[in-house]
Amino acid sequence: MSATTATRPRPTAAGRRRHVGRGVTVATVLTYAILILIAVIYIYPFLISIATSFKSQSEAATDPLSLVPQTFTTAAYERLLVNSDFPLWFQNSLIVTLIVTAGRVFFNSLAGYALSRLTFPGRGVIFAALVGVMAVPSVVLLIPKFLVINQLGMYDSYAGLIIPLLADATGIFIMKNFFESIPKAVEEAARIDGAGTFRVFWSVSLPMARPAIITIVILAFQGSWNELSHFIVASQSQALFTLTKGVAQLSSGALSQGTQYPLKLGAAVIMTIPVAVLFFVFQRRIMNASGGAVKE
Amino acid sequence: MSEGLPPETSPDPGARRARGGLRRRAHATTRGQTGAGWLFITPMIVILGLFLVLPIFMALWVSVSDWTGRGSPFAGTTAFVGGENYQELLTGGGLAQRDFATSVRNNVYYVILVVPTQTLISLLLAVLVNQRILKGRGFFRTAFYFPSVTSSVAITVVFLFLFSASGAVNKAVSYVGANGPNWINDPRGLLHIILGAFGADSPPAALQEAPFLGLSWWNWLAGPSITMTVYIIMAIFTTSGTFMLLFLAALQNISGDIEEAALVDGTNAWQRLWLVTVPMLKPTTFTVITLGLIGTWQVFDQIYTGTRGSPSKTTLTPAYLSYETSFNSQQWGQGAAIAFILFAIIVVMTILQRIILRDPDTVPKRKRFVLSDAGGSGSAATGAGGAPPAGAAKIEGGTS
Repeated sequence: MSATTATRPRPTAAGRRRHVGRGVTVATVLTYAILILIAVIYIYPFLISIATSFKSQSEAATDPLSLVPQTFTTAAYERLLVNSDFPLWFQNSLIVTLIVTAGRVFFNSLAGYALSRLTFPGRGVIFAALVGVMAVPSVVLLIPKFLVINQLGMYDSYAGLIIPLLADATGIFIMKNFFESIPKAVEEAARIDGAGTFRVFWSVSLPMARPAIITIVILAFQGSWNELSHFIVASQSQALFTLTKGVAQLSSGALSQGTQYPLKLGAAVIMTIPVAVLFFVFQRRIMNASGGAVKE
Repeated sequence: MSEGLPPETSPDPGARRARGGLRRRAHATTRGQTGAGWLFITPMIVILGLFLVLPIFMALWVSVSDWTGRGSPFAGTTAFVGGENYQELLTGGGLAQRDFATSVRNNVYYVILVVPTQTLISLLLAVLVNQRILKGRGFFRTAFYFPSVTSSVAITVVFLFLFSASGAVNKAVSYVGANGPNWINDPRGLLHIILGAFGADSPPAALQEAPFLGLSWWNWLAGPSITMTVYIIMAIFTTSGTFMLLFLAALQNISGDIEEAALVDGTNAWQRLWLVTVPMLKPTTFTVITLGLIGTWQVFDQIYTGTRGSPSKTTLTPAYLSYETSFNSQQWGQGAAIAFILFAIIVVMTILQRIILRDPDTVPKRKRFVLSDAGGSGSAATGAGGAPPAGAAKIEGGTS
């Protein structure tokens, strides 16, 4: 806020250079100091979760800040993996996530391809409707979704958990935009060779859309693995609990007398691992997908 | 099924016009695409139609009905009650109205604190991480972005631990000789605490009136509770990475020439940031604020995993209240009505933001390089101020 006005006498060229030089060193040190401080704040919660999950119940309460457990114990994980429904939640999350990811890749690219490449009556209307659907906040749909799922007899079933998530407007958008960027000539060559529409889509266009498909895989996996509200309204039986729902229930006091922080944090750590792996595998792609072309 | 259609009927009029000269050729290749096209989008129409479009209409009906959750809402036992559910929430005077008003109040403070802070922090992170000479840029970007990919359930569990009475935060606070509050269970409002420090412990008579949604002025002015601030900090922590990426993309599209031109003009780094970079980031800032507004009005997962409205309903949000009213209290009509009012709030907020932050393209082109005071342009560009920076530094790619 202390911007100096342009009326300040200009320093001479030499003076300015020296000034800039000194300013850069101080600024650089300051920048690193700020960055490292913020990075510590951002990373510490995750490190502390891992450390605490290996602590004993009492140590977690008395020494919440330390990153090294004094008495290393895997009791929390044993309890979680052997004596709770946690493996079941994990399995359910895995089933739902894999099917939803596969479904979104297929259905989103089908729809994206049709909206960008095929001409048919009603395409404009469908596309306008899609844009409209994207504008509806998801939380508003919480109760409505339950009503439909219930009405269709899919409540409390895998179908209810999975089918409503099988396509998403954002993903269709991404695929549509990508297909539009592929030159038409390649497809036309295939078409002249006598390939049908689906054949052209499947063997020519889809392989070329690999970057967009990877984006869909990342978004769909992360989205359905971390999804909570849909699972809350689509099911109630313990057998259909996913990780998010189970851990949320754990967090609000089930399975525990007292605080049970090692147990809860252990659950949080395990449920973070799959998305963390996905993130680190596709890190470059994620950072650049929304980051555009990086100019080095 | 429609393969036999004559070509004239297939493309829509707009597309036909646009194609012009290619029309005949397009017709030749689009023959038979009608069937394939509809086949390709059928899954999407079924899924999105059934689970996004149809639900809205069903919920609209439920919000004007007295459905209690038993049987189908379309069966004869469910009656039309008109605007009764909405009335109950907005002017009813009962518990439903009080709870709704409280949830709106909580969320308003949440939005007011989260949106500007996350915008500023993500901008700061992007600027810091964008420097060319910086070593370890990849590491810092990863560190800042990682919280954004983890699930809100896991993050909430971690934060409940960090901010528990004997948790890491209070431990750290105790090292500097202070006593942290019982974060997770402290319903005192921040503004009430500040007012209390000045001796204003009880509401003056003027603030005891309850003119708006049945909540007294004193209660409206409570500020976010201590517990709510935990969610506020958490929201900033988890979303700043995503928005940092958006700002980073925009920063990388700013040509180095402009920075250099400003450098030659004798500006310092701080001036370049606020007078050159920030105004050029305006479109992205706009997007970030819009996304922030839409996101912060929908807090649900964190509240469900964490405190579920307690203590003293100070972490109740409209989204969570809508869920609870329907699923736990079985007052489906009211729950659906809350969802639609929330929808309306989000729409109105987005429109308001558009109006407030709209670019007044009235500045003559020649005056666009005029530098005015940095404070004005800075606050407007980050949305904290409101008044657009008329005549402030406004630089476009082609103006030099």
